[in-house]
Amino acid sequence: MGSSTYVPKSKAGKWFEERLPIMGLIHGTLGAGYNAPRNLNYWWNFGSLAGFMLVVQILTGIILVMHYTPHVDFAFRAVEHIMRDVNYGWLLRYTHSNGASMFFVVVYIHILRGMYFGSYKSPREVLWFLGLVIYLLMMATGFMGYVLPWGQMSFWGATVITNLFGAFNFYDGMGDSILHLLWGGFSVDNPTLQRFFSLHYLLPFVIVGVVILHIWALHLPGSNNPLGIDAKGPGDKIPFHPYYTAKDAFGLSFFIVIFALFIFYMPNIMGHPDNYIEANPMVTPSHIVPEWYYLPFYTILKAVPDKLFGVIAMFSSILIFFVLPWLDGSKVRSAKFRPATAFFFWLFIINAIFLGYLGTKLPSAIIINMGGGIDALTLGRIASVLYFAYFIVVVPLVSRMESTKPVPTSIAQSVLDARKEG
Amino acid sequence: MTTNDQIEHEEEVTRRNFLYVATGVVGAVGVVSAAWPLVDQMNPSADVLALASVEVDMSSIPEGQTVKVLWRGKPIFIRHRTAKEIARGVSEDNDPMKDPALDKDRAQKPEWLVMIGICTHLGCVPLDNTEFQSGEYGGWYCPCHGSEYDIAGRIRKGPAPRNLEIPKYEYLNDTTVKIG
Repeated sequence: MGSSTYVPKSKAGKWFEERLPIMGLIHGTLGAGYNAPRNLNYWWNFGSLAGFMLVVQILTGIILVMHYTPHVDFAFRAVEHIMRDVNYGWLLRYTHSNGASMFFVVVYIHILRGMYFGSYKSPREVLWFLGLVIYLLMMATGFMGYVLPWGQMSFWGATVITNLFGAFNFYDGMGDSILHLLWGGFSVDNPTLQRFFSLHYLLPFVIVGVVILHIWALHLPGSNNPLGIDAKGPGDKIPFHPYYTAKDAFGLSFFIVIFALFIFYMPNIMGHPDNYIEANPMVTPSHIVPEWYYLPFYTILKAVPDKLFGVIAMFSSILIFFVLPWLDGSKVRSAKFRPATAFFFWLFIINAIFLGYLGTKLPSAIIINMGGGIDALTLGRIASVLYFAYFIVVVPLVSRMESTKPVPTSIAQSVLDARKEG
Repeated sequence: MTTNDQIEHEEEVTRRNFLYVATGVVGAVGVVSAAWPLVDQMNPSADVLALASVEVDMSSIPEGQTVKVLWRGKPIFIRHRTAKEIARGVSEDNDPMKDPALDKDRAQKPEWLVMIGICTHLGCVPLDNTEFQSGEYGGWYCPCHGSEYDIAGRIRKGPAPRNLEIPKYEYLNDTTVKIG
């Protein structure tokens, strides 16, 4: 980050810049001082969209807190109060709750874009790690936020997820000690709600910190690009401002239209009706479903018959992304020049979506009915094995054995060639 | 300024080395003792611990019915078992089980089954199959991930690792128990 090319226009600007060169920092990071590859496509829009969603969530969240009470006796009522009494409270809450889903959509696309175009490969491994850390923080934040309305799904989601940590029962009573520490009691109760509220408020600001590191790590090697080759000469690059600020702003306006469709026309489609029933520790809903963005991992949890190994499998399914830079041994980054890699990548996506679909089903539900009938549990096990096989078998072998297509010598050359053909 | 140290030889333990390590150790102990209250505040507080026991009068529970009471924020199942149910529990004592237990060890008095109504898998409240002895084992069924418990609350099928937990309880008289 940072740039020495920034020249303040006004005298006051110059005076300030000599004392705190923050305008130069912004200029060099997200302004005209940062030169990005000239061939970035719209898949590169999702980084700034994620940044936008983070700001939206923090803004709406801070306002919602002004009307919310984190106590088991008042939390559910406070949310209803926001929905019915507070001016535009419904808008703020629907923006925040749907915003969480939108944030995850954007981040999933951002991660998958990095996978397809090899953005995790050298020299961007630490950039990739920081992104995964942001994603893990988002999962924790989203989970704790979902508990705050204190509906039935809030309560039972919290119960199921916190109980995962009870699986680490290496000596008698260890699991319970961990759970009592997490809950501040003997079950999910008021102390749990209050600490979740505190952390739900804190973690987004931690995310902001890691985002700054993420952008810092991005600017050392610079952005990857659809060709996956290094941008070399000045002909390969264009200034971030105005070119990509304009392109990102165009993408953003399109994205906001979709976001608004959810907020105004189907605000509850991502939620679960049971969460409009106040939490009741005596009654478990007939079917507990987590938020959609956790569903593939939930299926992996359910697929393993042993509690501890189920939990380990679920956490591994996310942590395995950290070693992806070394599982992939190819010299070529972009899947554009790796047809077999691209093929398996799309299979991986289909399988992950299928895992998510199975996450909404009861283990005994019959999914495929051909005479005998195959239940969700069996399919979940197959899909879970395929999920891990992608990382452990497919990526290491295909990346090392595949004969890649010829890679262009430079970004500028490739752009000019395309222009000639066109 | 001079010190009393002799000229330092490699590998030799000097006064300076000792002071360096000692300072580090004292510092580490200080950091850990300062951090402990920050962690321990998360554990159940005194008022939560004070609610640790509940007394239940069971005289109004007819045979063949289950009552749920709340103890420490958790549902407790109190099942007044029929003779038939007890017989079934005993007859299945030797069946294969993940967490083997004898029916007689599951209750202080066989007709009164007192258990924490929380699935040992991930904490859902199992549904009652006892009334019609429905399901494969005629006990409780957890809707979350499909664990099945028998009429003595023993895990028989599904991902749960242990039998439904028995809380600490004692009989104050023939029909009153103190849980906790």
